[in-house]
Amino acid sequence: MSNVAIRVEGLGKQYHIGGRQEHYRTLRDTLTDAFVAPFRRAGYLLRGQATGAAELNETIWALKDVSFEVKHGEVVGIIGRNGAGKSTLLKILSRITEPTEGYVDLYGRVGSLLEVGTGFHPELTGRENIYLNGAILGMKRAEIERKFDEIVAFAEIERFIDTPVKHYSSGMYVRLAFAVAAHLEPEILLVDEVLAVGDAQFQKKCLGKMSEVAGEGRTVLFVSHNMAAVQGLCGSAMWLDSGRIIGWGEPENITSSYMQSTVSVSTEQIWVDIEKAPGNEYVRLRRASVKAQNSGFSNGAISMLTPIVLEFEYWNLVPGMYLNLSLHVYNEQGVLIFNTAPVHESNWHGKPFPAGLFCSRCYIPPYLLNSGMHRVKLLVVQDQARVIYKHEDILVFDVADSAETHGSWFGKWPGAVHPRLEWQTELISNVEE
Amino acid sequence: MTSRAGSLTESQVSPPSQETVDAQPLVHIEPSRGWASLKLRELWEYRELLYFLVWRDVKVRYKQTVIGAAWAIIQPFFTMVVFSLFFGRLANVPSDEVPYPIFSYVALVPWTFFANGLSQSANSLVGSANLIKKVYFPRLVIPISSVLSGVIDFALAFLVLLGMMLFYGIVPTVNIVWLPLFLLLALITALGAGLWLSAMNVQFRDVRYAIPFLIQFWMFATPIAYPSSLIKNELLRALYGINPMAGVVEGFRWALLGTETRPGPTIAASSLVALALLIGGLFYFRRMEKTFADVV
Repeated sequence: MSNVAIRVEGLGKQYHIGGRQEHYRTLRDTLTDAFVAPFRRAGYLLRGQATGAAELNETIWALKDVSFEVKHGEVVGIIGRNGAGKSTLLKILSRITEPTEGYVDLYGRVGSLLEVGTGFHPELTGRENIYLNGAILGMKRAEIERKFDEIVAFAEIERFIDTPVKHYSSGMYVRLAFAVAAHLEPEILLVDEVLAVGDAQFQKKCLGKMSEVAGEGRTVLFVSHNMAAVQGLCGSAMWLDSGRIIGWGEPENITSSYMQSTVSVSTEQIWVDIEKAPGNEYVRLRRASVKAQNSGFSNGAISMLTPIVLEFEYWNLVPGMYLNLSLHVYNEQGVLIFNTAPVHESNWHGKPFPAGLFCSRCYIPPYLLNSGMHRVKLLVVQDQARVIYKHEDILVFDVADSAETHGSWFGKWPGAVHPRLEWQTELISNVEE
Repeated sequence: MTSRAGSLTESQVSPPSQETVDAQPLVHIEPSRGWASLKLRELWEYRELLYFLVWRDVKVRYKQTVIGAAWAIIQPFFTMVVFSLFFGRLANVPSDEVPYPIFSYVALVPWTFFANGLSQSANSLVGSANLIKKVYFPRLVIPISSVLSGVIDFALAFLVLLGMMLFYGIVPTVNIVWLPLFLLLALITALGAGLWLSAMNVQFRDVRYAIPFLIQFWMFATPIAYPSSLIKNELLRALYGINPMAGVVEGFRWALLGTETRPGPTIAASSLVALALLIGGLFYFRRMEKTFADVV
């Protein structure tokens, strides 16, 4: 028994890019071409061939050989880096653009939240825009009338319903736009990054609405860069890369392998040849690495839950030096989160280093770093006072978001760190008794 | 919101899949080849969207203007004044025994409707690029709505025409019953040409700059400032109808002012050409439609 909602078979979409590569060799060629080309293009145009304003020969497959099935009631997250074909896929499914090959069968009414507020007219009032936008999204007039009050209540704009939307704050505007779109009741819902809009509270509302839709047994395709949301909301995940599906399955597995693949920024560096290794006449580096401490856990990916170990191997070239390393850890915004040095280290700290190869490890406990990219600057310090060597961005690593740290909230926690702190709440006195 | 619990149980009892077991898909998407069908049925299903877009255009058109809808009258009226001065007074262009001002104004009213409809529909797709890239609906709705929304302006200008007829003491003939058909002919012509141009405009923005020229040439090729009765040969005058607007203008004069020229053959030729323009435009538009979202 089939209960397929979406069937996609061998889907491909080709785009034309770039311009002509040939060069004009003579002025005569150039002139002839200048005269002939418009006519040739007019010829293409009248024959209905889709060439651009320039002659376009180079093509790119935004999607290629994509086949999958989604059952009714499934919520599928689509992940992949920019340009992987996620939006193209949604555009084909919502019939905005045509595929070049393959086919799609949709068993149910499709609604898309590719961008909220499409077709809003600034001069029209909120009321008028609800009708206009509803009609654009494919709602019948009677349907809009029935849901009108609900939409207004959801958007929280009762007082301004008869004000032209150009006077709305951007928050009100987005709320109204999302409210209309959210009250479209399609059997298949396509969502593209709506979570990127609005403030944190509104994002929560959007996600709530989405899980509600999913709970009602409707089908949702959800494109997102928010791994935590994909893990929390989706029953399965699809990983697109260069227009092909390269992963499909449990959201946890797919998102973590995706994260690993994208964030191979600079988690390990090795310099075999001591002569060419970074350093100077005092010290030379041999190796730097960052990894999750117990690698069996979560495929070795670094997440907010994993303890992290930073490891540095280096040659001390001058005997009798009092050395220590010092690490500066910066987040995506370039904020220095902390500086650490092995002042409590018991083996070698405060002792003269003989010439030789050393290895220093720094352990970062779990539930400390916030999600996102982190950069490490390494300093080599002599006598705890003089910096004899420094290396910017010696390690760059990403801390993956994790659904577990979120509770019901899927956005990124603000702040430089996200420690798990003890909390306690007590009832001091109960006024009802 | 209270219905949520209800719909939840409902979907558990009969999930949507039950209804569509091995059923035909609701929507089948595949690359279209060659000349696509017109899908007029789908267009009909989206008639409410068409209505709302026309309504939006009408509502928004004269927002943030000082004299508002008066613009709908000023355009043809002042052109009439200029024409009367230069062609009527100075050049003494004949006007079929009718006072020149009303002779030219009766032609300028449908002409203005046509010219605005044509230029607005030709630019409509490019102007709605945002919509085209984000939402699916039959794209035909866009140029059609921009032609239709001009009907309001036409009605306003037409009221002035009635006032002028009163002023000159001209009683319309019974032929006035044909007037809606002539308006329809103007609409078909504007839409037909608008479909071609709007689809081309998506690919070649040259169209945008060509439109004002086109309209200007077309205006002089249409008997607005002069009567088509200048052409004495009956056959040639019928051939004049190859410009559908010639048929429209002569039809308006005949129906309202009772001018002597019998416009029958001209209008027949005009209708044929206008229909050909429209049907060709529809097919061309549908053929180009699939690339709109990628190119616009």
